[in-house]
Amino acid sequence: MSLRQLDSDPLAPVVETGAPLPPVIEVATGGGGFRRRSARRENVGLGICLAWIGLVVVCAIGARWFPGVKGPNAIDPFNRLKGPTASHLFGTDELGRDIFARVLYGARVSAVVAVVSLAVGLCVGGAIGLVAGYFRGWIEGVIVWATDVLLSFPALVMLIALVAYTGRSLMHISLALGFLAVPVYTRLSRAHALNIAGEEFVLAARAGGARRLRVLRREVLPNVLPSLLAYGLIAMSLTIVVEGTLSFLGLSVSAPTPSWGGLIADGQHYLKEAPMMVILPSLVLCLTVLALNIAGETLRRRYESGGG
Amino acid sequence: MSTLFAASVITFLFTSLLPGDPAVAILGPSGVTQESLTAVRHELSLDRPLPARYITWLGHVVHGDFGHSFALNRSVGSQIKAALPVTAEIIVLALVIALVIAVPLGVVTAWKSESVGDRASSLITFTMLSVPTFVIGVFLILIFAVHLRWLPASGWVALSANPLENLRKAIMPATALALPQIAVFSRLLRGDMLTTLDQDFVAFADSKGLSSRRILLGHALRPSSFSLVTVAGLQIGYLMGGTVVVETIFNVPGIGQLLVNGIYQRDLVTVQGVTLFIAATFVIVNFVVDMLYSVLDPRIRRGNVAATA
Repeated sequence: MSLRQLDSDPLAPVVETGAPLPPVIEVATGGGGFRRRSARRENVGLGICLAWIGLVVVCAIGARWFPGVKGPNAIDPFNRLKGPTASHLFGTDELGRDIFARVLYGARVSAVVAVVSLAVGLCVGGAIGLVAGYFRGWIEGVIVWATDVLLSFPALVMLIALVAYTGRSLMHISLALGFLAVPVYTRLSRAHALNIAGEEFVLAARAGGARRLRVLRREVLPNVLPSLLAYGLIAMSLTIVVEGTLSFLGLSVSAPTPSWGGLIADGQHYLKEAPMMVILPSLVLCLTVLALNIAGETLRRRYESGGG
Repeated sequence: MSTLFAASVITFLFTSLLPGDPAVAILGPSGVTQESLTAVRHELSLDRPLPARYITWLGHVVHGDFGHSFALNRSVGSQIKAALPVTAEIIVLALVIALVIAVPLGVVTAWKSESVGDRASSLITFTMLSVPTFVIGVFLILIFAVHLRWLPASGWVALSANPLENLRKAIMPATALALPQIAVFSRLLRGDMLTTLDQDFVAFADSKGLSSRRILLGHALRPSSFSLVTVAGLQIGYLMGGTVVVETIFNVPGIGQLLVNGIYQRDLVTVQGVTLFIAATFVIVNFVVDMLYSVLDPRIRRGNVAATA
């Protein structure tokens, strides 16, 4: 059953529940209008999404050199809780800090968390999954069992517990999120490796006398990687949502470091006086998550239909 | 079973390896002397090796004793007992809201698939999946409490005390949980409905001259709803995670708030007990739903065999 759900819902809360699995097997379903878009419109959509993601990354890196932006904690005491103006594009918060600057600097937290957890999940999970899917045997059994156990936890709850203990530095949170992503990548990478290992070119390479490790590196890995990377975009969006949730609960990087979830949590207290304090950061967060989801979904479908 | 065991070990290790000595926390910075520290550590069994502490702890948990919170001077079990009905009510209400909206949406979008309405619904549900629960919660407050002033922004009234007021307080947290589920459920049902509508018995019913309404609701809905039922069950676990967020935003005294407050106050025993409780519920619910699924739906098992053959 869940295969179908997975196929139509790559965004099903993988991190939070662990219950819905990542899209493992291609099932030819009649999908939504989204699925049937023509290739050209799909490319335009993909371009817009990647452009937005690029913009966010550039802002995260270049926040310091952004014209007219002082710093995330610079105070303008005469303009508190003001709506958007020319000098404060997104308005100001209760201390008179510029919200646009805080959103720019907040992008750093999201970007670092997303990239580190992607790197950890992809390298560790991808490698373990490849070993399981290609070498098979008892080691595969152990890996599949461990993956099932780890995926059967309510990940958000475990993460909240974990982060409460490990401390709230950016690196701790990124690593914790990466650790939680490992079983998902493992499962995905194993499934793809299983498929690829049965292909004729892999058998041909073996028959040609190549050693197994070389086949794994030269034949299997290059064919598994694109799908993993496409899923990685979707996983990054989940990571950003989960980090946002932690920040919102006050369990992520501590104040005064700005993060998107923290900005929304701050704005929550001034909904009446300054609704833009919540609306604009939320918009940036949701657009980024949506862009990652659409890009990841588009690429995933492309590799799966094109690769087979 | 092995999962449950692993859950208990991981929960225990998480909470036991916490940096910072709970004995110091109990005594307070002024009361720390070598003797009092040793005494309290002994009283809490902190001086025993980790595996021994795990066995003792597990033995208590199996008997429903989740420990005693020193910060609140209440047993964790009684806190969970007080908070559980609140969380359960919100989860049930969220599932009801989600299904009431998602089922008609799924049926109609499958029936009129590829229509403008279907495309719009597909776009909206896809977008909805990208909006984090805490953003939905804050926006609900902004719209319904601050602007329209229809509903109270936060707080809780017990169902037994005042059912109407209880509903007014519960509706926003439940809706915040339900919105992403609507997207999940309607997409799932739409997909299954499309498969069912392609089958011969539907074509036969159609050629018999039955109305679309009767075909959809009388014939096609039931065989299309098995995976929906299963996933709805599995989502209970996910919703337990979601209540942590929602209960914090709306200040609802449920299990999630218990956990978050425990963390804020570094109340180790409560965090340990609640985490294990949520993890165990999650694992057990998933297990039961998996069992139910294979009992409920022999048809799809056959379908799978046919598909793989």
